[in-house]
Amino acid sequence: MGNELIDKYVLFRHRDVENIHQIEVYRANDGYRALEKALKEMQPGDVTNVVKASGLRGRGGAGFPAGVKWGFIPKDIYPKYVVVNADESEPGTFKDREIMTYNPHQLIEGIILTCYAVGAETAYIYGRGEFAPVFRDHLQQAVAEAYRHGYLGRNILGSEFSMELHLHLGAGAYICGEETALLSSLEGQMGQPRSRPPFPAVEGLYAKPTVINNVETLTNVPPIVLHGSDWYRQYGTEKSPGTKIFSLSGRVNKPGNYELPLGTPIRYLIEECGGGIIDGKAVKGILPAGASSAIIGPDKLDTTMDYEAMAAAGTMLGSASFIILDETVDAVWAAEKNVKFFKHESCGKCSPCREGTFWLVNVFRKLREGHGTKQDVELLETIIEQMKGNTFCLLGEFVVPGVRTSIDLFRDEYEALAVAEEETTPGPAKDLIHTFF
Amino acid sequence: MAWTEKEQQELDKILKKYPPDRKLSAVLPALYLAQREKNWLDNDDIQAVADALDIPVTHVHSIIGFYTLFRKEPTGKYMVQVCTDLPCALRGAEDFYRRFCERMGLPPTGGTTEDGLFTVESVVCLAACDKAPMCQINLEYFESLTDDKIDQIIASFREQAKIQQ
Ligand SMILES: Cc1cc2nc3c(=O)[nH]c(=O)nc-3n(C[C@H](O)[C@H](O)[C@H](O)COP(=O)(O)O)c2cc1C
Ligand code: SF4
Ligand code: FES
Repeated sequence: MGNELIDKYVLFRHRDVENIHQIEVYRANDGYRALEKALKEMQPGDVTNVVKASGLRGRGGAGFPAGVKWGFIPKDIYPKYVVVNADESEPGTFKDREIMTYNPHQLIEGIILTCYAVGAETAYIYGRGEFAPVFRDHLQQAVAEAYRHGYLGRNILGSEFSMELHLHLGAGAYICGEETALLSSLEGQMGQPRSRPPFPAVEGLYAKPTVINNVETLTNVPPIVLHGSDWYRQYGTEKSPGTKIFSLSGRVNKPGNYELPLGTPIRYLIEECGGGIIDGKAVKGILPAGASSAIIGPDKLDTTMDYEAMAAAGTMLGSASFIILDETVDAVWAAEKNVKFFKHESCGKCSPCREGTFWLVNVFRKLREGHGTKQDVELLETIIEQMKGNTFCLLGEFVVPGVRTSIDLFRDEYEALAVAEEETTPGPAKDLIHTFF
Repeated sequence: MAWTEKEQQELDKILKKYPPDRKLSAVLPALYLAQREKNWLDNDDIQAVADALDIPVTHVHSIIGFYTLFRKEPTGKYMVQVCTDLPCALRGAEDFYRRFCERMGLPPTGGTTEDGLFTVESVVCLAACDKAPMCQINLEYFESLTDDKIDQIIASFREQAKIQQ
């Protein structure tokens, strides 16, 4: 289905091989062979090197090269940790859940290889609390199987290498997907971000060297180790190699996850995979990175979905959660929904984000309730201007592009809501706003 | 609250996941365990978690306040959380939610049914946006819902509650 671009799935192997969540089936289909190869034929540094050479970039949003990140781990400090980010809470993202449910062993094998590469003996998978059933019914079983078969625990496959893998659930907080907040949460604190530096690679979990990677990132590792970096680079572009899972949602006929080579045009995702827009309507806006996106218009449909081209188009690839708006969608309503999301999820640590999202929600409400003025549209712009670059972590920063581009692309809709000539009802006073920053 | 023998065993197992001097890491799993029986946490439960981990009870309170999945007040036996975030809303989840609340005899913002069985609320993205409308009931996923389908699911939980009584 919409997958003529790859001959075999790299990540969604369950779509090619039935029951690959069972360890016997996984093993019969190359499963744990990369681990055997690594333990028998490769030094830990060789594993890091092949991942570096593959050009694999982090799939959690930032796109940082995974092998380079592993290379930052200091050699002489123990213990070290690997923490897997399974927080998956960006609106529009639902790929990690599919991997963990249907192809869990490939993730587990990726985690073991990562631990071997950096010399970590303990790994945690941190999942959002709402993934309790996914962890209980799928991941936990797979981990237990991996222990029983000697892929986890002491002296893995008779080698000197030993490690433990633990599952840990959060309890409902989007901010815990931010890596330093995730570490605080895993340590039993409130999930509030920490300042970087020090980066987790140097001072992460329990102040020890820690690799944090996304679920999808690490699921790429076994095939890279098994087949090599040249094989991996047959897909994707020079700077964005490999395949990527695109979560497609919103006003398309067939929403879902689609694994495609990086560098595939957006149009292909929407039309070939998603079966086009509901009722044949026109695309109005595209949010390529969930609620955190800068929105792009239909003129960008031929942009290719890789880190570079998306940045050049004025947005970002992020976790590749494509939310599609069609011509029936009220742009102001959509922007308001995302702003409300961020207000709800702001951790409250810094005022530009805590107060900024509060005021944005107020002004949006005023506009949408029919007593907005032209000044209110300007006020939205003032608030995001003042948030920009001033928030403690990226969550606050994520609020800015959505509102900015929504106003830029759909200004007429905002102005149509600015019905009143001047203040008719007491709205948020502008001078008050300034005192908050 | 005192931990039952089974809970104490589970707690010991949880604590083994973390370094011995890092018991605090177990605060979320311990709270889940304490909340499991009645779906919310009273002061005794909170004290029991603090005691089990040797941490101040105020810290446990701050944790409960920060994370949305812990509750300090009684709720329905079943927490019905309907996603109405943007991707789901683009597929009709807001109207679906309003109609559902109405059929449950609740205001459009949700609440707890008179019989105390169901607490209904709208929540942000649950990572199932392609299967909208969707909800979680006590964290189990129910996807690609229609009005009929969710009514049947609610009916089966009602049955289940009756049998358990
Ligand atoms: C507010 C916020 C939320 C985030 N949520 C997630 C998330 O749910 N999952 C994830 O993998 N990364 C998330 N990230 C990115 C992580 O901070 C981090 O960059 C990532 O886990 C690194 O893994 P990667 O290099 O494999 O992508 C989030 C970042 C921010 C600022
Ligand atoms: S930007 Fe928002 S989420 Fe990040 S630290 Fe500040 S208040 Fe917390
Ligand atoms: S928006 Fe509803 S599950 Fe993602």
